[in-house]
Order: sequence, then structure tokens, then C-alpha cells
Amino acid sequence: MYSRSPISVVVLFALLLAGCNRGAQPALPADQPGRSVVIDSALDPGVEHSLVTTDPRATAYYNNADAVNSGKRLFQQYNCSGCHSNGGGGMGPDLMDDVWIYGSRLEQIHQTLVEGRPNGMPSWGNKVPDQQLWQLAVYVRSMSLPQTLAAQTDNTPSQTPAPVPPEADQDAGWSPPQATTNDYTTTTPGVD
Amino acid sequence: MRTVALMLTLTAAPIVALSQTIPAPVPESEVFTREEIGHALAAPTPEAGHTAPSTANAPEDDGQWSMPSKNYASTRFSALSEITPANVRTLKPDFSFSLAINKGQEAAPIVVDNTMYVVTAYPNIVYALDLTKPGAPLKWIFAPKPAPASQGLACCDVVNRGGTVSNGKYIFNTLDGQTIAVDVKTGRAVWRTLLGNINRGETITMAPTVAKGRVYVGDSGGEMGVRGWIVALDENTGKLLWRGYSTGPDADVLIGSEFKPHYVADQGKDLGVQSWPPQAWKIGGGASWGWVTYDPELNMLYQGVGNPGPWNNEQRPGDNKWTAGIFARDPATGAARWYYQYSPHDEHDYDGVNEQILLDMPFAGKMQKVLIHIDRNGYVYVIERNTGTVLSADPFGPVNSSKGVDLQTGRLIVNPAKQTKLGETVRNICPTASGAKDWNPSSFSPKTGLLYIPHENMCMDWMSAEVNYIAGTPYVGALVHMKPGPGGNRGELTAWDPVQRRPVWAVKENFPIWSGTVVTAGDIVFYGTLDGWFKAVNARTGELLWRYKVDSGIISQPISYRGPDSHQYIAVLSGVGGWSGAVVSGPIDPRDGSAALGMVNVMSDLPKYTTAGGTLYVFSLPH
Repeated sequence: MYSRSPISVVVLFALLLAGCNRGAQPALPADQPGRSVVIDSALDPGVEHSLVTTDPRATAYYNNADAVNSGKRLFQQYNCSGCHSNGGGGMGPDLMDDVWIYGSRLEQIHQTLVEGRPNGMPSWGNKVPDQQLWQLAVYVRSMSLPQTLAAQTDNTPSQTPAPVPPEADQDAGWSPPQATTNDYTTTTPGVD
Repeated sequence: MRTVALMLTLTAAPIVALSQTIPAPVPESEVFTREEIGHALAAPTPEAGHTAPSTANAPEDDGQWSMPSKNYASTRFSALSEITPANVRTLKPDFSFSLAINKGQEAAPIVVDNTMYVVTAYPNIVYALDLTKPGAPLKWIFAPKPAPASQGLACCDVVNRGGTVSNGKYIFNTLDGQTIAVDVKTGRAVWRTLLGNINRGETITMAPTVAKGRVYVGDSGGEMGVRGWIVALDENTGKLLWRGYSTGPDADVLIGSEFKPHYVADQGKDLGVQSWPPQAWKIGGGASWGWVTYDPELNMLYQGVGNPGPWNNEQRPGDNKWTAGIFARDPATGAARWYYQYSPHDEHDYDGVNEQILLDMPFAGKMQKVLIHIDRNGYVYVIERNTGTVLSADPFGPVNSSKGVDLQTGRLIVNPAKQTKLGETVRNICPTASGAKDWNPSSFSPKTGLLYIPHENMCMDWMSAEVNYIAGTPYVGALVHMKPGPGGNRGELTAWDPVQRRPVWAVKENFPIWSGTVVTAGDIVFYGTLDGWFKAVNARTGELLWRYKVDSGIISQPISYRGPDSHQYIAVLSGVGGWSGAVVSGPIDPRDGSAALGMVNVMSDLPKYTTAGGTLYVFSLPH
């Protein structure tokens, strides 16, 4: 098992995840019809499925170039850029790297915009039309996409934001840290 | 699908971006020379007397350091002379103390009755250390627990510029808008007064000035559309005595019959309303986040006023009074006596909040009561402080945004080529938005007659953009990218002769200097650098005599004091941050040159030199 390639680890892990998904899972409270959607920011390490629930409203904003461009315009109009600049931060944290304090999924970014966060992020819920908050969320999500970063030509990033593919949010739960040298977490006695 | 997603995340491996390319310096030919744009009402007359503060404003040094500016004259001169150019090479750390906060530390340590007091950046913890015992153990800690949301309203890192000890109380401000007096014996609050409303963008970062039973405090938030103010509080109770706004009707600004401004442009009714578009003064900035100086000799209070908002000047045609200037007020009532506007209708974020140094200086053949102010806009102003008359104004850094000061009208002569415009990038504006020098204070030695100015050598590209006012969010409207000034060295320590109106020597620094200076009777100037060197240079020559590498960049105010053992000590806080160091204390991504209001463009290499920290260092000679 020590000679296993990283790719096979990935495939095995993906299969394990798929297996879990197929298994009988108790419906999460937020999955129940008629309930307002609650999105978890806290992610639990060590569980092999994501506890993050999904919000059906997010669907329309994936692969949506219009939405991401509207978000870019709104990001200036609502003074988001005053704190977060063009993704590099300032008064608020940068948004173009791979660090997400309150979660990276569209639902989570939207939730952060709606509720605000305790260290200085204002609450925009009921102050900005909800559709615009989704457009802002998808622009923020786009800032750190490899395609958006690759499109930066000068010292002002996020000017050509790529639409956000749904794949970008597929693995929002706990996943193994990348580039570890040794990984024994998938070693199950009797399986290998 | 899951496989695809995992592959995607694996290939997009995280990269810690340490730096981008620093832009090329602005050519020397693009800025004016001192000879071209420096002006004075009269030729130098050094024979008329010796430049020094009056004893009323700078009493004999008692070896303590009770206020950030050392004395009311704000000389930051220590009469202690044990440390000399001959022995400073043996200076060594005596003890250090972790501040436990890794944000920009801008405060001056305070030493009174053998106790040292330090206030940190947000969350503004105060430590009291007993200097009589080995290792200076803690006497008490005071944690004011400011509102966490205030962190999101601080334009340029969550800094604090220090506290003051007066009559048994340590008095300081918190980021969320409080002024607090703590009993130095018990470490408990005597009073706490809430002055700022963070929902309107008001925070407090300045060090209060305490004099004759009153505490003077101004707000921060010039980038948040605040309406700036200064208040006086009763030192014993914290109760409000008066509040003067920086904009609006005369009654709110405390302009009345006593107001006698020297220049015509400042004379007229309700200029704080008339020099703005309708209602714009209500969100026009003019915060007093820097230095407020009390003058016991003339019984005057000098209040530096910050930039107008928004940065996009086309949204606020007019002179935008009373921003980007200085008020002289009656300390008891706040009534304005005079005002001078360094940058009428400021278009470049040139706050007028830098230090005011009060000296008796020879000018035009006689000794005069002057106030020396080294402004963001690039000029050393020498102002006769009874009347507010500018005697001389000379550039000390790279300047092309203006062509000097017209000393007949008092007006800055704006260079139309560097005026900022909506939707158009104006390139190579000097000095940059943070100024030829920012808040970090200079010192003055009566021994050498020189000012020791820690400053920047930076310029910028600027494009104005329309901005909406939304309470509690930034009100800026500009895309800025900073760059090095001529020569490429981003910082400089300049020894300036205010009588001869010229530099005597200068030390070039790779990074802008964001620390204050202190000068001693041993003829040594101490200052720190953003990459974490604490340095001692010869006050007469600028020769580097000693340096010590601390744990993080230095942006604070060093001091010199006499310890319980009668020896001289030097104290300074490390802890990179502030506007220039925010790229390290962040979180900020150096790939965005526009980040931190355009500062990151010129500071993106700093993360290669230092990391966040926060430590008190105390040095002495071996003894």
C-alpha cells in the first residue's frame, strides 16, 4: 500500500464518498421540504460526507456569466471594494486566495452577505435585493478560480471573472489536506 | 463528479504569494526641486537667536515619558546623555515583553513613577509593568474589550497611537470609540466615555492629549464618510465639555467672534457649509485622528484636521472647509481662534493631522513663536502660532501635485497636471496618498537645532470613480496604485534645519519609515524600520551607529527614559502593520496592487522581509 500512487488514493477516496452517498442517510433537518435553508459554516473533520446543505436558489448562478459580471459591478457600487479592494483586501480580508473563514460555497458566501460576520463584515440582508446578493456571492467565489487568476494581466485582479462551475463547490465538506507526504486515513483493516 | 472535483482542487494547489514586482520609481525629472517651489516671507536670520522650545512648553526633563510627544512642545527630545555615539555600539536588550497581539503597534510606551504602560492595537489591551523589579513583571492588565465589529471600520489597520498618564490615570482610546481612564494603582477603570458610533464609521485610533484637567480626543473615519470632530472631556469624570465639528455651520464648528483667521479664504460665514455641495458636509470627513497639541504658553489648542471625503473630488466641488488643515482653539471652550488650510479641496488624501512642534525660532530678524508642521502634502510649514501666518513652506519629499505655497494668500498652488479625475488614470502623482510623511512623529533637538523627520518617498497613479455613501462602509471612490519616488528608496530619515529651510543630511531607507523618531542629548536619533531594524544614528551626521533586528517591523514611537537605577533606557514596540504594513498583518493578497487603498502596489515585497508580531523591547548600556 505504500507504493500506491496519489491518483489511486484520490479515486479510492472518491469511491468511498460515492458509496457513502448511496447509503441510507438520515435526512438533514434543512433538507426537509418547507423549511428555510440553513447553511453550516462549521465543517466537521473526520466525517466522509459533507454536512453542508445546499440551497436550490444557488443553482441558477453556476455557469452564469451574466451573474458574475453583475456581481463585479455591484461589488463597486455597494462599496465592497472599499474594504476588499479587487479581491486583495484592506479593511476586510482578501477574497482571491484559498482561505475561507466562513466557507467557500455559494450558499455560504451568500449567507455571510445576508447575516454579516462579527469582525466587521456588515449585514446586507433586507438591504440589498436577494438576487444581487447572489450575484455578489458568485463574483466573490469567482475571484479565486484558477481561470480568473490566470486572466489577471496587470496589478488589478478580478477584472475578468470567470463563471463559477458547479464543480467548484462539489467538495465543500472536509477533504484531506492536499500534498501530504503520508496519508493513512483511508487505510481500513482488511480492505487493503 | 466527485473525482473531477477532487482533481480540480489538487491541481489548483495553494500558493503563498510572497510578492509581485515593485513598479519602477518615478523619474527625478517629474518632481520639483526645493529651489523651484520652496518659499518664505523673509530670508533666514539665524543670528537672531537659538531655536528651542520655551520652558513652559518643554519643562526640564524629569527622565519620565508621560505623554507620547514627551512634552507639550512635542519635541520628543530626551535630555538623557548616558548613551553617546562613542558607546552606543554596546547597547543591548534589557528585557522584552510580548504584547500578544499581532497587529500594527503604533503606540509610545509611557513611563511614570517607575512603571511602564503600553496599549496595544485592537483589542487595545493595556499592560502596566513594574520597572523596579528584575524583568519588569506585570502590575496589572486592563482589557477594555472593544466591539469586534470596529475592526471592519479601521481604514488602515486596527492601530492605536498610545495613551497618557496624568494625575494617577492612564488615559487612552479604543477602536470602537471609547475614551477610558484607568487608575494606575488598581488597573481599574475610573471612567469610560463612549464618543464614536461605529455604525456611522466612527472609530478612534489617536492618542488623547491631556492638559489642565481636560482630555482632547478626535475621531477616525475619513475614509468612511464621517463628519469629523474633536471633543474635550473632564479629566476627572469623563464628561463632555465641548465638541467641535470639522464641517457644517459655524455654531457646530465652534466658530464665533473669537475667530480671526489670517487669510481671506478662511473668512466668511458658515464656510463649513458653503464650501461644499448641498448636504455633502454631513459626510465630508475631516477626522482628527492624528495629533492635537496643547500650548500652555499661549493657552491654545492646535488640532490637525484630516482629508475630505470621498477621495473622488468631483463629488465635492469647493474648498471643503474645514478639512485638511489646522484649527487653533481656546482649550477651555473649543472656540476657534484661527484656521489654516494646508490643502484646500484636497484631491490626494493629504490629511493635515501630522504633529505640531512648538518652538521659539529666529525669523525675519527676531525670535518668533512658531508651530512646525510637516504635512502629507510634502511641505515643512513654519507657522507663526499667535495668528496662523505661514512664514515658510518648503518641500522635504517628492512633490509635483503642487507648485509651492502662495504666501500672500496662503493657498497651495495646485498643479493642474496632477489633479485627479473621474474615470481617468493620472500617473506619477507625488507625494502619494499617505503623503511625503504620514502620522509618525518627528523629533527636534535644541542641541543641534534640527528636526528629525521619518518619512516616505512614494508617488502614485490615481483614477477617481463614482462612489455611493452607505453608512458604515468605505466612502472613497478612487483606484490607487502607489509606486516608489525618485531614486527608488521608499523611505528616508531627513535631518531638517527649519531656520535655513533645508536638509542637513538624509538617510535612505528601502521601505517607507512608519515609526516616529526620538532624539537624545547624547546626539543620537533612534527610529525603526518596516523590516524590523531598530537603529541609532548620529544626530549631527546621520551615520549609522548601531542597529538591532527585532521580531517584526517597527511602526511605533520610541522613547528614552531614566530607570529606577538612574541609567538611561530606550524603549520601542515592534509589530508591523498600519497602512504600509497591512500587507503583512493583513490578511491581504499582494497580487492585488489596489489593495489597502493602493498601498500594496508598492509594498508587495514586505512579506519577504518580516512577519506579524508585537513585542516591547527595552535597551540599555551594560551596567
